[in-house]
Amino acid sequence: MPEDSKGSDSVSPQPEGAKAPAETAAPGKPQAKPATPEAAADVKSPSAGAAPATGSKPTEAVKSAHPAAPKTAAPGASTKPATPAATAAKPAAPAAKPPAAPAKPAGPAPEPWESELITALRQQNGSGIVEASRYLGQRYVIVDSSILQEILLRMRNAEGFDYCVDITAVHYPKREQQFDVVYVLYSFPHNERIRVKTRIKDGEHVPSAVPIWETANWLEREAYDMFGIVFDGHPGLKRILLPDDWKGHPLRKDYDILQQDREWVQINLGIESGQ
Amino acid sequence: MSQPIDTAYLDLDTKDKTFLDSTEMVLNMGPQHPSTHGVLRVILKLDGEKVLGTECVIGYLHRGVEKIGENRTYTMFNPYVDRMDYVAAVSNGLGYCETVEKLLNVEAPPRAQYIRVIMTELCRIASHQVWLGTHALDIGALTPLFYAFRDREEILKIFEKYCGARLTTHAFRIGGCIYETYDGFEEDVKKYCTFFLPKLDEYEELLTTNRIWVTRTKGVGILKPEDCIALGVTGPVLRASGVKWDLRKAQPYECYKEMDFEIPTGLNGDTYDRYLVRVAEMRQSVRILQQAVDSIPTGPIMAKVPKVIKPPVGEVYHSIEAPKGELGYFIVSDGSTQPYRVRVRPPSFVNLQALDKMVRGMLVADVVAVIGTLDIVLGEVDR
Repeated sequence: MPEDSKGSDSVSPQPEGAKAPAETAAPGKPQAKPATPEAAADVKSPSAGAAPATGSKPTEAVKSAHPAAPKTAAPGASTKPATPAATAAKPAAPAAKPPAAPAKPAGPAPEPWESELITALRQQNGSGIVEASRYLGQRYVIVDSSILQEILLRMRNAEGFDYCVDITAVHYPKREQQFDVVYVLYSFPHNERIRVKTRIKDGEHVPSAVPIWETANWLEREAYDMFGIVFDGHPGLKRILLPDDWKGHPLRKDYDILQQDREWVQINLGIESGQ
Repeated sequence: MSQPIDTAYLDLDTKDKTFLDSTEMVLNMGPQHPSTHGVLRVILKLDGEKVLGTECVIGYLHRGVEKIGENRTYTMFNPYVDRMDYVAAVSNGLGYCETVEKLLNVEAPPRAQYIRVIMTELCRIASHQVWLGTHALDIGALTPLFYAFRDREEILKIFEKYCGARLTTHAFRIGGCIYETYDGFEEDVKKYCTFFLPKLDEYEELLTTNRIWVTRTKGVGILKPEDCIALGVTGPVLRASGVKWDLRKAQPYECYKEMDFEIPTGLNGDTYDRYLVRVAEMRQSVRILQQAVDSIPTGPIMAKVPKVIKPPVGEVYHSIEAPKGELGYFIVSDGSTQPYRVRVRPPSFVNLQALDKMVRGMLVADVVAVIGTLDIVLGEVDR
């Protein structure tokens, strides 16, 4: 009976959770399968565990409850709110041990990261610094794409992040700013890492980091190849892993795993399908 | 009787009156060239035999590993990562498992950490042996290949006894190891250490003071430390340029903190120094192996991880020191059973970018030496 009430708890933040993808970084992945009872049981405990931990901060509670939201939304929205909750409550009792483990990691929600660097950046750029957080001990800062190059230059020259480890992107098709462009930076003098992220709309350009780090050349070409993100000022932005005349950008979420450029395959390989 | 020879095609009327025209030539090398270690294609722009510039054409082995990762569960994707750098499959698996563990906020138990370190260091030696054999073969020394592969066999035997596979091992699982060590594992590793050190001397006898080897490698493909950092080059290539940086020391993972070993560095950043650094690294790996085997603790080998792995929403970047350099994984979780995004930061891909800088002004034969010294695996470059 108490479990049943928890079940209804995890359904209740649903309207907030539905709004969440628009404003938070939480990705709204299209659900492959409707939530199984087991999945629902898994989902329930993190939200239950998160409630006391982050109860004081409403925004974080929404964020950590968010994984629960789409899951419970699937059965919940499909006209039968009572039965999934009831069936979920039953397997939860014997399967109490496994869900206990995910309940623990639900604790480390991204926490705000304040440091001299961030206050200095905020003073200089104001609202250009969208977010500065720390998750599992890893720090990242989200900046507006208009000041990205400035920030990256500052990171290398003033803050000692002399090594650009990686440049990549993540696609969130449901967000208005569909792409996260992620720069993983490392500082040899300080032995620390930081991630600089920027969010852009589909078709929006990003300034190239090649003038700052030479290594950005191929990394940006790969991001262009896989996501179609254009880097302005890149010395030779063309595909790197796929053939030059391939159509489509495979790491976008709307590109199916079995999808391919059929025409290219037929013309160049002389076969019907590469599958 | 005979027709007058038509010399028009020799173009003797050019200004410098030579028919051996000295304009630039574009030469294609690969993707089926034996010294390109797989399917690397390099387009060389030449002036005579001097390299003016290069362009790498890659992607022949592209399988879309990152896309596959998004469509498999965390557990199902684990064996795929072995197929990237297939000569150092254990390292790939370690990096992936650790990153997911980080997302789950769990840590492998001490015994599992030791087993992992032993396996990874064995794998580092095996990877360096493949590099040594093929690199020497490219330059013209045939014997080291046989020696290196003969000795690597012993490592593969340990792998096979431990997890049943020799190459793409899938040795680790998220949360620890699935296999307990077999009876006599420690003895096998110890035996290997004592067996391998004299063999290493043998390799060095063949090459270190070999005049042909020294002439072919000294001063070839020099990379300055600042160029290395700008190009993001890591691993032995970076260390050979004199930068003392190894992730096992800089940001220790597993139980490397408890190990006593040194980071070998070079002075000149040329092909010869990279050779010396890798050989010295093998010696250090043996040191780590000996310590790890002696102090391997008892206890569980698997942390408490749920059957269905569902990390909370969040993203994490974690990297390890693979035999070829910094191998990083950037995983974004949306709270479901499948990763929302898996990004692999492959050392080979990034290191290969330095090829152009290293071979400019060198000869075509040096390109072969430099590709060998970069120690790339195309499975990882193309993913």
